[in-house]
Formats: sequence, structure tokens, C-alpha cells
Amino acid sequence: MTYLAKPKLHHPTLAKNKLGYIRRDYEGAVSTLCAGCGHDSISAAIVQACWELDIEPHRVAKLSGIGCSSKTPTYFLGNSHGFNSVHGRMPSVLTGANLANRDLIYLGVSGDGDSASIGLGQFAHCLRRGVNMVYIVENNGVYGLTKGQFSATADRGSKSKRGVVNTDEPVDMIGLALMLGATFVARSFSGDKSQLVPLIKAAIAHKGAAFLDVISPCVAFNNHPGSTKSYDYVREHNEAVNRLDVIEGRDQITADYAPGEVTDVTQHDGTVIRLRKLAVDYDPTDRVKAMGYLQERAAAGELVTGLLYVHPEAADLHEHLGTVETPLNQLGGRELCPGSVMLERINASLR
Amino acid sequence: MTKRIEAVNDFVVKFANVNGSGSASANELFARSILRMGVPVSPRNIFPSNIQGLPTWYEVRVNERGYQGRRGGVDLMVAMNPQTWNQDVQEIEAGGYLFHDNSKPLPASKFRDDVNVIGMPLTDICNATYTDPRQRQLFKNIIYVGALSALLDIDPSEIEKLFSEQYKGKETLLQSNIKALRLGREYAQQHFAPIGLRVRRTNGVGHKIFVDGNSAAALGAVYGGATVCAWYPITPSSSLAEAFIRYAQKYRVDPATGKHRFAVVQAEDELASIGVVIGAGWNGARAFTCTSGPGISLMQEFIGLAYFAEIPAVIIDVQRGGPSTGMPTRTQQSDLLACAYASHGDTKHVLLFPEDPTECFDFAAQAFDLADRLQTPVFVMTDLDIGMNTRLCAPFAWDDTRVYDRGKVMTYEELEAGKEFGRYLDVDGDGIPYRTYPGAHPKRGAYFTRGTTKDRYARYSEAGPDYVENMQRLLRKHETAKTLLPKPVLTPAARPARFGAIYYGSTSPAMQEALDVLAERGVHINALRVRGFPFQDEIADFIARHPWVFVIEQNRDAQLKSLLVNEAKVNAAHLISILHYDGTPITARFIVEQVSKHAAARTVIPFKKAVS
Repeated sequence: MTYLAKPKLHHPTLAKNKLGYIRRDYEGAVSTLCAGCGHDSISAAIVQACWELDIEPHRVAKLSGIGCSSKTPTYFLGNSHGFNSVHGRMPSVLTGANLANRDLIYLGVSGDGDSASIGLGQFAHCLRRGVNMVYIVENNGVYGLTKGQFSATADRGSKSKRGVVNTDEPVDMIGLALMLGATFVARSFSGDKSQLVPLIKAAIAHKGAAFLDVISPCVAFNNHPGSTKSYDYVREHNEAVNRLDVIEGRDQITADYAPGEVTDVTQHDGTVIRLRKLAVDYDPTDRVKAMGYLQERAAAGELVTGLLYVHPEAADLHEHLGTVETPLNQLGGRELCPGSVMLERINASLR
Repeated sequence: MTKRIEAVNDFVVKFANVNGSGSASANELFARSILRMGVPVSPRNIFPSNIQGLPTWYEVRVNERGYQGRRGGVDLMVAMNPQTWNQDVQEIEAGGYLFHDNSKPLPASKFRDDVNVIGMPLTDICNATYTDPRQRQLFKNIIYVGALSALLDIDPSEIEKLFSEQYKGKETLLQSNIKALRLGREYAQQHFAPIGLRVRRTNGVGHKIFVDGNSAAALGAVYGGATVCAWYPITPSSSLAEAFIRYAQKYRVDPATGKHRFAVVQAEDELASIGVVIGAGWNGARAFTCTSGPGISLMQEFIGLAYFAEIPAVIIDVQRGGPSTGMPTRTQQSDLLACAYASHGDTKHVLLFPEDPTECFDFAAQAFDLADRLQTPVFVMTDLDIGMNTRLCAPFAWDDTRVYDRGKVMTYEELEAGKEFGRYLDVDGDGIPYRTYPGAHPKRGAYFTRGTTKDRYARYSEAGPDYVENMQRLLRKHETAKTLLPKPVLTPAARPARFGAIYYGSTSPAMQEALDVLAERGVHINALRVRGFPFQDEIADFIARHPWVFVIEQNRDAQLKSLLVNEAKVNAAHLISILHYDGTPITARFIVEQVSKHAAARTVIPFKKAVS
């Protein structure tokens, strides 16, 4: 971490987005995480994605649980409301927040301890319900704040800093997300910003439960030989199935691609995800095939990254519940209270 | 000859049935028909944790004076369950009546000499009339209601009117029910002489309504503006959430679009339920959950977060017997301490104690105003006895000029005008800070909500003075709560009284009756019904005015008394606990007996006078 406050002055020629904001307008407080922590790169990617998408920072609600990853919402989008809730319970708090106001963008930030251990149940059920959100797990396979215990995503056979070998089977969050009905599932690496930023943008544009598993090495406790979540290991085993460009509906598509290399996926809001295929025949709209492919490549020791699954016409929890378009938190007594005449009728029916 | 209890409009009928046999609706029909004759009744379900096969009872107290507490004892037992025959027969008062199915003869040893037996071959009648086994079962219940209507002089046209309301547009069902009813009635008229118990038409019901507390609380939540409900099924609170869904589907649908002005999530557990409620409350919606003791245990951590981060939440606790799974289908008032101090760390929460369905409605609605005003969890402490039994009570009332109190919420305009915002800043001494809804303003009013300690401006701080200041402010807020909660209700004795009594919640009907009985016996008591925690000063004053105050509760550990001693700083030496906790609702008989015993022991010349 650094104690140096960021200077308030900045160069006048810094690029502005359509709202007139520079990237700094999307930043938060100075990070207190360790220097080189993967989580800080993810925060930077979130800042970049929101800036590029011209999102008004205050229209984002950022929620988290407990742990190193859950501290990061302080370090981005300083003009957004944030909620650092209790360990493993961010999904339920986010669900409630989303029900109260469907107009905001909900960004849930969690870690592998928060989501794969104590919060596995809530992780599962908020995906099942199709809560419209971006759910990012900053996955480092280790408990950082409590100094180096294995988490539930640590691979079997991987070694802790103290040399202990993990004998437990890891929780496969991507596999679970696919099985549980997440309608946008991606994996990325904190060290690959060019892959991560478009994935976050596509996830934000997605209407439904978007899950992002981001491998994010812990420099303090899980970046040594024998770890399968170190920078070196991930770089060596990273097999991207595709690269993304996210094109907002109004933008013209200008880039040039060779035929057969590119698939366009149009999402609910008109956003186009342009996929440059890296793995031949990988179809990210086929959930069943994706599940098989991922199992197969995992068995071969590869860490598959990219947009793994998307259901472009997904429905969200509000659609399932048939709620009104006006956010529930904006309804007043006139819309909510049936009044005394109706109550007298109810009384009459109870006699 | 066996003595016969003679009573008009004042007796107890108990039905012993097998769970899942369709008896519940027939028994309720019986209770309602008496109500329609203008005679107050209070029925109670006494049921097992079971869907089918185990014994279940339905006890109907008929009482013209309107006493609705459980009386204790049975005057007429409708013994339809061979499994529980012996205990059912045992429970009948001497001179009472035993109505049973005598299709198969029972040995004389199965009966009591001091009980009047009315045997009716219900099974034989059903077998002769119906061929379908399910019909035989269901109509047997209606047939006994018909027979009872003859025995007790209940106007059969009232029952037929109830049928026609229930089976509106279902002519076949209506006719077959009427037929069964008449079958039973005619048999009884031909074979039995009138018994000593009788229902006489009167006007003791008036404008009162007949409703269960869970439905009432759910309706209160609708009127109180709840838009988000998250719950996990648990007896005895499930029917509250289900009633909320039913009412909301009726009264909360946008007529233009058919869309819902509410959202209900059946969560994966109670932790998620309260999490959803807190998320919604944080984001400016009125949200609630309903649960029972085990759910409260699971919610502890989140409740502490809501207290410390100051997020409105309404929790309706329909209490049952604890600890652990305890007695899931029996009643208690045993979650007071668990709720008052829920969570680790120093916490104190606002509790409301409704006495009946009317107050379930009122307090549920009011809880949302309190939660928003105080920015904290508010507990509505009802119980199984109120929640799952239909009770005759005052009609619901709503003042259309009432405006929801959303508390201190800083608006876009105020932020834009440059009004100072500190999320945990006490600007006017009541301990309540301003909050903003997420997304309120592009540049101002955003803050980070956390369970960790922070300063007045919601900035992370572990500095001791910041923490202490915050905790002290929360105490000031707790003081403010006293001014907003429903006041205690005093029932003064007719004559100067040395004894006081404090009671709350579902003890109320039994207590009102006990006070009358005690007064008739010359024991005069000033009674105070506590309706909320934190306690107002008048409660401590009341205790100080009496040498002895009975504290009547339905738990083992005298939980309200502990709270009084702890929080109202009253002298424990003044307090005498009367505790009932076997899972059945407390009775007037129990209170009278216990109070009389203690009162007799203390009706001596005070020590000072004796020695002077």
C-alpha cells in the first residue's frame, strides 16, 4: 500500500468520455492492499470499463462481503454508494438492493473465501434467481487477511507458502455458475487487462446474472512455485477461447476481421459483443457444450479464459417477479396503501 | 344421576381429531356459526408438527362476556380420535359432556361416571350414506357439526348461510354440505335430549372482526408500505408471508399494466432473508421478513450489521417454543432477550408487543415508520397463539391523512444546495443522522456502508474516540425511540391497590379475565400492559408506586423482568414473576391461582409497622 495521496490536479488534456469525465472521476480512495496485488488491477479494470461505457458513477451500487477482495470497492467509483456487508452474504444484500431500485447498476465484488466457502449458498441462490448484476470473484485461492490459509478454490495438490499440500477438491465456481443458471459466465486474469476490461463491459451490459471469475494472484501468500494461482502459473496455463470487443449499439462497427474468425452477439440493450475466436468451434451460447469443454480442458491442466457462456436474451429477477418499471423505493403511499375504504371492505369480509 | 353442567354462552368445547382428516374447516365452521349468533368465541388450534396422522385439537371457548383467553378445562369433548381417547376423556370437567362416535361399542371402563355421554354412530351413518371413502371422512365432520348444532341450540340457518358464502357458485358442494349438516342435526333431534350447554343469540360481537394475527400483520405490512418481503418457511410464521403475497396480489397490482408494486423472495435460509431485507432497506425500500426463534438465531450477525450501519429493517417474530427446534407448534414469549440484544457486541433493539390481531395490523404498519425514522431493525414480537389462531378483535382502522414517515433522508435538492452531509453525524441531538439513497446525486451524498467502525462522515476509522462517539450516539437514538413507541396501557383497579401487574402480548386476554376474577375475590391489582421496548419512564414509575408488581410472562426465564431490571433500572425486589411456559397459551385460571397464592403470602402487616 501507499501513503501518498493522489494529487488532485491533473493534466488538462486527459481524455474525457461522453459525460465529460476523466478516468480519475471513476477512482476511489487509495488502495490499502499489498503492492502488486491482483485485486488492484481488477479495480483499475472496473474504472476503465465504467469510464469507457460512459456510466454515471453514482448510478452504480457496489457491494461486497468480507476479505481482501471485499475491501476493494473503496478503491474504485468513489462517487458510488458502497456496502461492505458481512462475510459471504453480499449476494443477499445485493438482491435486496436490486429489488428496491432496478434502475441502478449492481456490482458485487467478492473473493474465493467469501463466495466459495462461507458464502457458497448465497452465491448459488442469487445466480439461480437471475439477479441483474455483475458478480466478480477475485480468486486467489488463499485467505489473505488471515495470512495464508487455503481457500476452497485452491487446487488439489497445490502448495501453500509454508509448504502444505492441499488435499481437498477445489470448488469449481465457473462450473457451478453454469449449472446454476448464470446467464453470463466468464473467466479472466487480473494480469490481462485487455481481456478483462471488455469482459467487465459486456457483463455490465448484460441483463441478468453475470458472473466473472478473475484469477487474481496474492503476492503475499500465493505467488510461489507450487501454487496454481501465481502470476507465472496462470500465464503459462492460460488458454483464452476468445477475445472481446464490446460495441455499444450506437457505435459503428469498423474493425476488419477475416471471415469465420468473428461472432457477434447482440445483448438485450443493443450492445454487441464481438468475439474473436481463439478456440475453433467454441460456441459461447451453447451452455451444455461449454460445460463439457471446460471439464475437458481443466482435466488437461488448462485454465480456460474468455467469455465462456452468454444467453443474450436472458430475463432477470424483476421480470420473473413481474415488478413495476418504477423502482420500488420510489413508490409512495398513493401507490402502496389501499386506504380506509378498502380496509372497511376487508373488515366486512372478516365478520 | 350424573351431574350436568348448565351454562348458557359460557363454556368450552374441544374437538379431538386426527391431523389431515379435514376436521379443521368443519370445526371453524362450528366456531363461526356461534359468532354469527352474536356470541363471542375464541378458538385455538392445538396441533402437532405433522401433516397427517398425528392428533390435533381445536378448542372453542364460548363466552358472552368476551373473554378470549384460554380458560382451561373442557365442558364438551368431541372425541373423534381413538389415539387420544383416554387423555381427552380425562380432561372433561365433572358434569361435562362427551360426544363420540359409537359405531363400535367401547367397554364401560373407557368412560367416566361423572361425565354425560352422547354416542352417535357417525361412521355407520356415513357408510350408509356415502360410498366414496373421502366423502365419508369429510362429511363425517359436517355431520357432527349438524348434531352439535341441535345439542347446543345453534341456529342451523346461520351455518347454511356460512356454507353459501363459502361455496358461492359451487352449487353441488353447497347442497351436499347442507345435506350432511341436516343429516346430523335430524339424527340428534330424534335421538338426544337437549344438554345443559346452550348458545343463546345475543349482540356481543358487534363490529368486531374475526381474523388471525399472521393475516393481520401481513395486511399491516401492505398498509405500512412494505414493498420487499424476504422469508424462509418456518412454523408459525409461514402463513404471514403467504398472507402478504395474497394481499399484495390483490391490493398492490398496477391496474394499468398488471405489474406488481411489491417483490417477494422465498430465500434459501433466514440469513439470506434478512440480507435481502437489509439490502432493500439500505436502498430505500420498506422491507420485512417474518420468522420464528430459530430464524432469529440465524440472523444475529446481520441484525448487528443493520444496527451498527443503521439500516431500517422490520422483523416479525412469531414466537414458538425454544430453544433449538423446541416446540415448533406451541406458543411461548421466549425470544425477548434474543431479539432485544440480537448480535455480538453492544446492541439494543426496538421491540413491539402486539396483544391481538388488531395490534398486529397496527404495529406491523407502524414498524415501518419506526424503522425508517430510527434507521434500525424493529421487531414485532407476536407469537403462535396470536399468529395462528382466529381471534375476535376490534376492526382494522386506517387514517387516510396518514403519511409514511420516511425519516431523515437527504434529497438531491438538499445536497445540490450544499447542505452538509455526514452519514453518522448527529445534527439535532436525537441521535439520528441523515442518510441518502444510493444514486441520489452525481457528486455528493455517496458514502460507504460498513460493519467496521467509522467516523461521523462514514470514513473508516479505528480511532477510539470515533468509536465511542458513535456508540454513545446510538444510545441517544435508543432514548429517542422511547418517545416514538406505543405507550403502555394502564388498567387501574376499581379500588386502591397495593399490587401491580405487568404483562404483554398474547397474555392480554387471559390477564383481563384474571383481573376481573381477582377483583371479585377482593384482590385488587393495577395492571400495566407493556407495548414496546425500550421502556418509557412511566413503566419504572408504575413499578415504583407498588410494593409488589407481578410480571406475567410465557417463558421460563422471566425475560421481560430481566429487561426491566437491566434497562429500566427498576428494583428487582418489587417484582414477582408469574411464569407459564408449557407451550399452551396461558390461562386466566393459572394467573388467578398464582397471583392469589403470592398475594395471600404478602397480605400481612408490613414489617416496619409490625415492629413499631
